[in-house]
Amino acid sequence: MEKKKRFKVRLLPGKCIGCGRCEPACPVDAIRYDEKGEPIIDLEKCIGCLKCVKVCPAAAIDKFLPEGDTGGAEPEETAESEAIGEGEVKRLWRGVWVYVEQMDGKAEPVSWQLLGKGKELAQDLGVELAALVLGNNVEHLVDEAAGYGADKVYLIDTPVLKDYRAETHMRSCVYLVEKYSPEILLIGATGLGRDLAGGVATHLETGLTADCTGLAIDKENRLLEQTRPAFGGNIMATILCEKARPQMASVRPNVMLTPPFVPGRKATLVRESISIEEKDTLTKVLEIVPIQCETSVDITAVGVIVSGGRGLVSAENFRMLQELADLLGGVVAGSRSAVDAGWITHQKQVGQTGKTVRPKLYVACGISGAIQHLVGMQDAEYIIAINKDKHAPIFDVAHLGIVGDVFEIVPAMIEELRKVKNPPVCET
Amino acid sequence: MHIVVCAKMVPDTTQVSIDPVTNTLVREGVPFITNPFDDHAIEEALRIKDAYGARVTVLSMGPAPAETVLRKAIALGADAGLLLSDRAFGGSDTLATSKVLSVAIAKLSDQERVDLIVCGKQTIDGDTAQVGPGIATRLGYAQVTLVDKVLDVDLDTRRITVRAKFDNRHQVVEARLPAVITVVREINTPRYPTVPRRLYAEEVQIQVWTNEMLKLDPNTIGLKGSPTWVKRIFAPEREKGEIVMGLGKEKEKAVRLIMQKLADWKVLGP
Ligand SMILES: Cc1cc2nc3c(=O)[nH]c(=O)nc-3n(C[C@H](O)[C@H](O)[C@H](O)COP(=O)(O)OP(=O)(O)OC[C@H]3O[C@@H](n4cnc5c(N)ncnc54)[C@H](O)[C@@H]3O)c2cc1C
Repeated sequence: MEKKKRFKVRLLPGKCIGCGRCEPACPVDAIRYDEKGEPIIDLEKCIGCLKCVKVCPAAAIDKFLPEGDTGGAEPEETAESEAIGEGEVKRLWRGVWVYVEQMDGKAEPVSWQLLGKGKELAQDLGVELAALVLGNNVEHLVDEAAGYGADKVYLIDTPVLKDYRAETHMRSCVYLVEKYSPEILLIGATGLGRDLAGGVATHLETGLTADCTGLAIDKENRLLEQTRPAFGGNIMATILCEKARPQMASVRPNVMLTPPFVPGRKATLVRESISIEEKDTLTKVLEIVPIQCETSVDITAVGVIVSGGRGLVSAENFRMLQELADLLGGVVAGSRSAVDAGWITHQKQVGQTGKTVRPKLYVACGISGAIQHLVGMQDAEYIIAINKDKHAPIFDVAHLGIVGDVFEIVPAMIEELRKVKNPPVCET
Repeated sequence: MHIVVCAKMVPDTTQVSIDPVTNTLVREGVPFITNPFDDHAIEEALRIKDAYGARVTVLSMGPAPAETVLRKAIALGADAGLLLSDRAFGGSDTLATSKVLSVAIAKLSDQERVDLIVCGKQTIDGDTAQVGPGIATRLGYAQVTLVDKVLDVDLDTRRITVRAKFDNRHQVVEARLPAVITVVREINTPRYPTVPRRLYAEEVQIQVWTNEMLKLDPNTIGLKGSPTWVKRIFAPEREKGEIVMGLGKEKEKAVRLIMQKLADWKVLGP
């Protein structure tokens, strides 16, 4: 019987990124991994179905014809095994890392929120969660990071890293990533985090997804699924970075929950150093001036928010919202339309270009619920929406939606709440 | 001094909407504009030019129509425009974009040394804020993002002093030239073009560089050179809560329901 020619497959040296996709794709269990996570292909078992070739994102597996030009095939095979034998530096990217943003030794909460999310990702991948602490006199953050879930902390504590500068922190991050090869690196999407992340990703020639609102692991393919608003926030996109490592993502403050702090929890400390001379740096921080919040309340840190949109019609009507907020023990915020109209300050804008909030209760009054607004408040524990238009998208996220007029509902709520808060005293 | 401004043509995302039936983006008829952040980058470069004297080149990567971005900048006072346009550049993510731009800047710098690069903080369509830092990293230049004030340019010591606005603080930074700065919108109010300048800008020749000029490996740019790719685009699905009518007579019932929920959710306190 004339048999069809059967291919076999082999690993091309230097290309494997250790992504772990080929082994599960093989229907005959011909692939297992060596300690670097690279496939060892059992040619006896291989049936040449080429499924592994198809799933390999790095084009590291190639087909070949075992019979035929034996003269050519054999030396090539030796060349391959030699390459591996030589221990050519090939990497296995493993582990989830979080960059800990700090100023004067005080960490930004977003760093701990990322450790919370990072833990889930690390568990799904079966790897360690590590924190990256860079600065001067910041060693106390090691235990703090451990308390928030880091298994390992990489620390560079040196004067040149004192005040954040893109160049020094970028070079430190790159140095550590190149040395320890994490598969995922998460950075807070703050002003500082965005300043840092772009440079790090460029230096490492890897992908970076900004402002993610969702992160998950595609276990089958060992990939980070990064979801973020796209096209000005009109729609959501899930983005993958298959061919490069680490997979980098930035996440805005309050998008993820702060994990519980476990006092006394310990992490393995890896102390590192970096040789950057102050005189060789390109930038110098001359002065740091804290920006006073023009309003004393930070809307990301309160339990109740009463938020107003264009439906409020005027600045005066926000007084009614203030009254409601006072009774509920909360603060007033607004949509971008309300901010643009000058009814409320930008500090209190909720949404994609404002703040992300997660209060226990969010009352949306006269807000339509554009995606750019929703991404900033959809994770509130409870949402009440009051809108005249029953088709308003805000109702898609509301736990309780009232199709009604804010100028009727809000005053009625105020009245009811006054009764509860100050029960009427009997006058005789 | 030679200043390069990077500016992008973007769809006006305030006018993009979602088709409620198909859940897809409606992009037809959406006008293209200069990325609003880049308007401020152009203005800042022109202000530096006015104060210290400089030649301002505006650089844009994009399809042929992106040339209008350059003409507009020239109408405002920029000295030259350079369009980087090639099929091979299409589909670039931020990593690939910063590669094309930085190679072009290096080439420009060979012709006339580039001292300062000004970018907008981010674009309104991509929203990533990654290209500015990408350029700085690739060229090995000093980087300061989120600049809301240029305090001083010292051409003798070749230093620029700027104020950057982070979330909760200002940082005054002195950077050696050449440097890359990205600017926030509060930094200035863009000027309007004068009539003669506008007429001049309509006529002026815009240089176009293709990849023949830049000679980049096509595998490292465009779609192929972009490590990130979009797997799925979707309008978020949500679980509907309880929706009740609260108009007219039904108002009281609705308010009672609110009070009930507030109690159930324990937001009224003890
Ligand atoms: C890149 C980009 C970023 C953006 N970022 C943000 C952001 O961070 N935050 C943000 O909020 N927006 C943002 N936007 C704007 C967003 O797309 C919407 O335009 C905005 O949220 C609309 O605000 P609004 O709901 O107050 O106004 P509208 O959309 O005009 O809605 C007003 C609503 O009030 C209702 N209404 C009117 N009168 C009454 C009444 N008497 N009683 C009850 N209901 C009434 C109407 O039915 C309507 O639904 C962004 C847009 C873009 C393009």
